[in-house]
Amino acid sequence: MPIPRRKFDTLIVGAGGAGLNAALRLASAELRVAVVSKVFPTRSHTVAAQGGVNAALANVLPDDWHWHMFDTVKGSDYLGDQDAIEYMCREAIPTVYELEHAGVPFSRLDDGKIYQRAFGGQSQRFGGEQAVRTCAAADRTGHAILHTLYQQNLRARTHFFDEYFAIDLIRDEDGVAIGALVLEIETGEALVIEAKATLLASGGHGQVFRTTTNAFINTGDGMAMALRAGVPLMDMEFYQFHPTGVAGKGMLITEGARGEGGYLINGDGERFMEGYAPRALDLASRDVVARSMVTEVREGRGCGPEKDHVMLKLDHLGAEVVHHRLPGITDICRVFLGLDPAERPIPVFPTAHYAMGGIPTDRYARVVAPARHGPEEVVPGLYAAGECACVSVHGANRLGGNSLLDILVFGRAAGTDILEYVRNNPNHRPLRDEDLEPVVTRLGRWERTGAGEGVAAVKADLRKLMEDHCGVFRDDATMAAGVEKLKALRERVEHARLKDQSKTFNTARIEALELDNLVDVGMATLMSALHRQESRGAHSRVDYPERDDELWMKHSLYSRDGDRMDYKPVRTKPLSVESFPPKARVY
Amino acid sequence: MSQPTDADQAPRAATADAELSRVGWQCRRGMLELDLLLSQFLTTGFARLDAAGRADFLRLLGYPDQIIHSWLMGREPPADAELRRLVTQIWAATAKHPGDAA
Ligand SMILES: Cc1cc2nc3c(=O)[nH]c(=O)nc-3n(C[C@H](O)[C@H](O)[C@H](O)COP(=O)(O)OP(=O)(O)OC[C@H]3O[C@@H](n4cnc5c(N)ncnc54)[C@H](O)[C@@H]3O)c2cc1C
Repeated sequence: MPIPRRKFDTLIVGAGGAGLNAALRLASAELRVAVVSKVFPTRSHTVAAQGGVNAALANVLPDDWHWHMFDTVKGSDYLGDQDAIEYMCREAIPTVYELEHAGVPFSRLDDGKIYQRAFGGQSQRFGGEQAVRTCAAADRTGHAILHTLYQQNLRARTHFFDEYFAIDLIRDEDGVAIGALVLEIETGEALVIEAKATLLASGGHGQVFRTTTNAFINTGDGMAMALRAGVPLMDMEFYQFHPTGVAGKGMLITEGARGEGGYLINGDGERFMEGYAPRALDLASRDVVARSMVTEVREGRGCGPEKDHVMLKLDHLGAEVVHHRLPGITDICRVFLGLDPAERPIPVFPTAHYAMGGIPTDRYARVVAPARHGPEEVVPGLYAAGECACVSVHGANRLGGNSLLDILVFGRAAGTDILEYVRNNPNHRPLRDEDLEPVVTRLGRWERTGAGEGVAAVKADLRKLMEDHCGVFRDDATMAAGVEKLKALRERVEHARLKDQSKTFNTARIEALELDNLVDVGMATLMSALHRQESRGAHSRVDYPERDDELWMKHSLYSRDGDRMDYKPVRTKPLSVESFPPKARVY
Repeated sequence: MSQPTDADQAPRAATADAELSRVGWQCRRGMLELDLLLSQFLTTGFARLDAAGRADFLRLLGYPDQIIHSWLMGREPPADAELRRLVTQIWAATAKHPGDAA
């Protein structure tokens, strides 16, 4: 039976902040917009962002978008593209005001202006005093943004396909993106959504690591869709690990705990950060603390029966401080560990948090890939924004509060450019059966019957493999072994089978499709990491401990076809100001 | 009345599985804390709920993530008694005891 088809002006895969901000722009301009989301839109991961969104509003202390730009370039360890960073930091200010007008209930200062808080990595006057730049709606900024954008989209008559799973992109013979094949989770029926332009806004892929702060839905689907459609992924080796996740579980214990005077101890009860960062101690930058923790465990000084974590000690601060200033941490410890952090230390270990890399785009959110005329040729009709994209504003390391900003600014930029694109390309391009063939084949892949391994076991092994071979610490031998193991695991996936072949609400099938995606982004991550022979930002190699601007100030591009690596230059020229040349990144 | 045959039971079992999958997918949320608690409850506590309890669980899943989060993390209790009881059941089914840590 032929697969039913529906036509829209634009298809957006993902209903997080990036997807919804783009959709709003388009639906408000009377375009017919389809938003596909595998979970109900307001359950997208954006809801988890509590800290806030950066914009140099100068509501508390003097500030300037140019200082914000400096901090972001430096934070990126000079791998960020300075044109995109300038654009983002300038646009931050109108973006936040636009959200305010849309109804996001930002917290207020006494004078009625939007409340802003201080975050790490923010400075005044190009590296001077701490800046106060992060706009917050209490501790539920992401939730407030997501709900406001969703309501606005309903009003603008965006068409939502809730609980539909996007399987693959469709490109025609000229390589133009003309829509995607999606699956209605409830019925198990496939649907082709044809569109003049398609935006991938499917979020991150923390689930590729065993221990992560990310929700179960973050499986890198859009990134893998891009890979399978022949688009490379960029800078995938740069994955941010947060030092203090609850050991074995991943939930975030905010830096605030160490800010209040908490410190880390090893199995011998030693305050080990004294040996690694004598001045900054436990408040050294995220990557330094994470590496120190892993070193302690590797050298046999971990805690617990398996000696596989360290402890965060807060009990010396007293119940008053712990319970009142750190209520979120107190809750997590009580519910998940059955302990009171005012009385006992918390078992912690670095946890996978945020993808700096992703689908390469320019600052209009157009997907760009190497082709005949250069490394950044636009893939017509295809856009990407948010955590699944790499524009690249975070380079080798993201600053807190810059991700919500990224998704909003570039979600909106995508909307603006798509408007123009659809105006210039007003007709749907013909969709031929041949264009559908590869995606339909994939749909059938998990319908094979017979004996074979189950999905859950392979997935667990993948996540452990990634943690062991591409975690906080990296070296050639460990990663090369990881690549071999992952190739073998990829073979196992080929032979895995689904026991349940029912159609209705067959979530096992969805999990199998997610596993395919995780394997693809896992390989992109490992291959990119193996080949980058330097340490920069979140990518730290024992065998190449220094940053090497001469050889490595360039973006990695991984292609699925033949697991190939390619590179392209960093855009060091901003739009209107002087470039910030690379310097040692000291705080 | 004849005894139900296997053929009668198979679709019923399939319906029950589909129902569990449907609820399971509703347990997929935007926050890891909720994913962990809700999915664990689904495997350890959900089967023991009676029809009314299951309906309450579905009702709870209909609330926004931030609200469920504040209930399950004990910040504030749900307004109605049934959901308050359910929250306690989720805690009991997913309880950690000092010493279990990590
Ligand atoms: C615990 C935590 C706290 C954070 N706090 C902050 C903070 O304070 N400030 C900050 O700036 N950043 C923060 N971040 C990062 C930030 O929240 C995310 O990077 C950002 O929200 C990602 O938004 P997005 O729109 O790209 O994707 P998401 O919000 O992740 O949305 C992805 C969407 O894609 C859909 N989707 C995915 N795959 C498919 C598929 N195959 N088919 C259909 N739909 C699909 C999902 O259903 C969802 O709707 C935090 C992250 C975490 C984990």
